Amino acid sequence: MIFTIATRELKSLFLSPLAWSILAILQLILAYLFLTQIETFTTFQVELAGIENAPGMTDIIVLPLFANASIILLLVSPLLTMRLVCEERRNKTLSLLLSAPISGTEIILGKFFGILAFLIVVVILVSIMPLSLLLGGELDFGKFFCNIFALLLLISAFASLGLYMSCIASHPTIAAMCSFGLLLLLWILDWTAGLKGQGSDLLHYLSILKHFQHIQTGLLSTVDISYFLLFSSTFLILSIRRLESDRLQK
Amino acid sequence: MTTVLIEANNLSRYYDGHCAVDNISFSLAKGEVLGFLGPNGAGKTTTMQMLCGNLAPSTGEIHINGFDLLDQPKQAKQCLGYLPDTPPLYKELTVNEYLTYCGQLHGLSLKQTQQAIELTENRCGLTQVADRLITNLSKGFQQRVGIAQAIIHNPEIIILDEPTVGLDPIQIREIRALIKELGRDHGIILSTHILSEVQESCSHVQIIKQGKLIFKETIAGLNQRMNTGSLQVKTRSAINLNLFTDINNINTIESLANNTYLFKHDINNNPAGIIAEIIVASNTELLELTPIQQSMEEIFISLTTNKESR
Repeated sequence: MIFTIATRELKSLFLSPLAWSILAILQLILAYLFLTQIETFTTFQVELAGIENAPGMTDIIVLPLFANASIILLLVSPLLTMRLVCEERRNKTLSLLLSAPISGTEIILGKFFGILAFLIVVVILVSIMPLSLLLGGELDFGKFFCNIFALLLLISAFASLGLYMSCIASHPTIAAMCSFGLLLLLWILDWTAGLKGQGSDLLHYLSILKHFQHIQTGLLSTVDISYFLLFSSTFLILSIRRLESDRLQK
Repeated sequence: MTTVLIEANNLSRYYDGHCAVDNISFSLAKGEVLGFLGPNGAGKTTTMQMLCGNLAPSTGEIHINGFDLLDQPKQAKQCLGYLPDTPPLYKELTVNEYLTYCGQLHGLSLKQTQQAIELTENRCGLTQVADRLITNLSKGFQQRVGIAQAIIHNPEIIILDEPTVGLDPIQIREIRALIKELGRDHGIILSTHILSEVQESCSHVQIIKQGKLIFKETIAGLNQRMNTGSLQVKTRSAINLNLFTDINNINTIESLANNTYLFKHDINNNPAGIIAEIIVASNTELLELTPIQQSMEEIFISLTTNKESR
């Protein structure tokens, strides 16, 4: 049942020009950034060869690419998630799901996986680019996969938060604005750490960026992974509860 | 023996202290077509939403086909097909794609869905638009897709909220025929504020006013009630109304314009003969003697306003 809903969600996305244009623009921008990183690498290649323990091709090209991809996804995912529940409620199609023999959990998970599937397509497209480097060089596959993994965790966090905002907002734009604002806030939360002595451990822990960067460097720790898993599941549970409470009061 | 499909006990629903549905109880048996009748804002849609699990009742309980809607929602909803007042259509899909999705949501396998779609499209007259996008269809066709969605999984109970809104007369007739056909082996609840619609397609009728159930009858009973006899009499010249005071069948006499009178009498005793005799005996020419059938509108208005003044 979850699969049925997810498939329809994905199908509807690709039936609208939104998905295609997002994929195209994303790919264009990231390809450009990718090329500039290669340019940087080739410029400093000679000097790098002289330094001991110098950063390799993966550090100079793949890491920034995925970091850029994460920021662009931060901008884009609210646009994708904003319509999930909100628009169904506005178009009154939600009653089709509510009167079908499926639970609220299945509805929310179906929508979540539908949007996740689309974001995974984005991640795949991003990941293909560094693979082209294999033609003339070598990649640190450990780090490469860590980057993909980090991005996957990140998009599931984005999707769950966006889904929750779509559940509570009355209009898609409000949902998009709220999820974008909240994500951005969580993203920049640890910037205070830059001011001397101002860094708080709590803010540090809450920041999405910090956890993302940790995994990106190839450091897989339970703290970071569980942060993302907790983040996603919290907002999924909140969404389910919100959907159920729809029946109680209107 | 009749199987009870829906049993609703003491349903109430409040919105922020405002009472939309007030202590309604009713049941629906197989083969019945129950019409929910009421003015706008009477609580028809709220009641239907509660029956379909879209809205939780504030108090009361609902049993669908023996399953409690709160305790076993999945089994209960499996027996339900619901068409809300706005058909829940994904307009970017084609009719076939949409109905496939609806079938699968109700747990049909792909093969069953294909067969069900074929049958349903035939029934609802959608075969020629099967591959068109729903957004490009006219309102009448969209309404039919909505009905198709409600019956695709062959549910025991079909709940239709104003199914004929926005349809042209021919389509209305087709939908009514469809409802009649479905009514033979399903239980159907439909809501409407058009009285003739209830008369055409329902076997039972319930009138709701301000959240209260004020009238519950079979259609036969309703028709009986509609014959609270009135006779319209027209004469050439004025008649002396005192002549009729002795006849105890006559309840009231109303004097209308142009020597026209309205005689109200008991349903079982029609005094037309005596009235004619008296008029002729008083040397006045009798021009017209017509039994007037009380319209559904009148019953409806009298029922709803009676309650209000009480």
